[in-house]
Amino acid sequence: MLQEFADLLVYEWLGLLPGTTMGDAVNFFVYDSIKIFLMLIVIIFGVSILRSYFPAERTKKILSHKREFYGNIMAALLGTVTPFCSCSAVPVFIGFIESGVPLGITFSFLIASPMVNEVAVIMLWGLLGWKITAIYISSGLVIAIIGGYLIGKFKLEHLVQDYVYEMKVGDTEIIEQSFVERLQYARSYTKEIVKKIWMYVIIAIALGGFIHGYAPEDFLTQYAGKDNIWAVPMAVLIGVPLYSNAAGVIPIVTALIQKGMSLGTALAFMMAVTALSFPEMIILRNVLKPKLIAIFIAILTISIIFTGYLFNIII
Amino acid sequence: MKIEILGMGCQKCKALDLAAKQAVQELGLEADFDKVEDIKKIMKYGVMITPALVIDGVVKASGKVLSKDDIKAMLK
Repeated sequence: MLQEFADLLVYEWLGLLPGTTMGDAVNFFVYDSIKIFLMLIVIIFGVSILRSYFPAERTKKILSHKREFYGNIMAALLGTVTPFCSCSAVPVFIGFIESGVPLGITFSFLIASPMVNEVAVIMLWGLLGWKITAIYISSGLVIAIIGGYLIGKFKLEHLVQDYVYEMKVGDTEIIEQSFVERLQYARSYTKEIVKKIWMYVIIAIALGGFIHGYAPEDFLTQYAGKDNIWAVPMAVLIGVPLYSNAAGVIPIVTALIQKGMSLGTALAFMMAVTALSFPEMIILRNVLKPKLIAIFIAILTISIIFTGYLFNIII
Repeated sequence: MKIEILGMGCQKCKALDLAAKQAVQELGLEADFDKVEDIKKIMKYGVMITPALVIDGVVKASGKVLSKDDIKAMLK
């Protein structure tokens, strides 16, 4: 139905010819934009309702004094559903540590939360299909579990700023919400996110459509294909400054894959965009000593690069 | 009455602060406003997701920007 609407709009009303580069590019753009926006609105709304059942206070209680490994798995999974933005990273970190969530398990949560976020997942699903989305989600979770587990094993508690352990945290009750309140929360959250990203989405889909229509086939194979050993680390390096902007990056990556970028390289690139964010590191500097930040970045970078190579080999 | 807005200076905290001030004004109430940015004070309330609204020492909401009307309903 969407495709018919796109055809009608582009070929009938705008009078562009099917089969021409211009006509196809515009058709592509209209179809993808409408599809992605519908998905964003419906899925974010649904996810927000689900999320309202997992406030950070509840997650904290579940993870408190959990055993290693099993706790890391729980933390990574909860990281995907607990509402969280990097501006709350400091209070969340202190709250977790203070109530007895082990350091490594806290890190599993902090890694999974931005990496497996709903916007990235929707864009991947809508543009690249469920298989690649499943690969992205599962490798993201594995990185969060193993990364947090390693930080726990290294016994780095002394690299947390000392004041964190002296902090007194008040006990709050979880404010129970009625279903209507959850719906209201979901509506305002959906509005907020769509308002924040709509422009990036449109520009990126347009740019992706342009690359799709005009860039020569295989022009990236030489640089970003499987055979270039440097492609994965380069992709990670380029991804870091594009922090958290999954909405603007995924449509372009989609077009680049069609032009010869290998899948592992693309995955590594997208993970660097979502997980390795400079502003978040600066915020975490409030609670972590520089050495722990460096270890955190190193573990993330190495595991993302490893994931990139792994999928370049097996797919 | 004392109204505190907890948050480390993000956009959402400003929005909540504004909504709370409008709510108080429209109801014709008197209130002391305080923007709490010190993490130690924020943690004392046990709040992890900011911004949070505290009225007379009680956490009324955390992690969302309440609308002016929501806050009015709480103040009545």
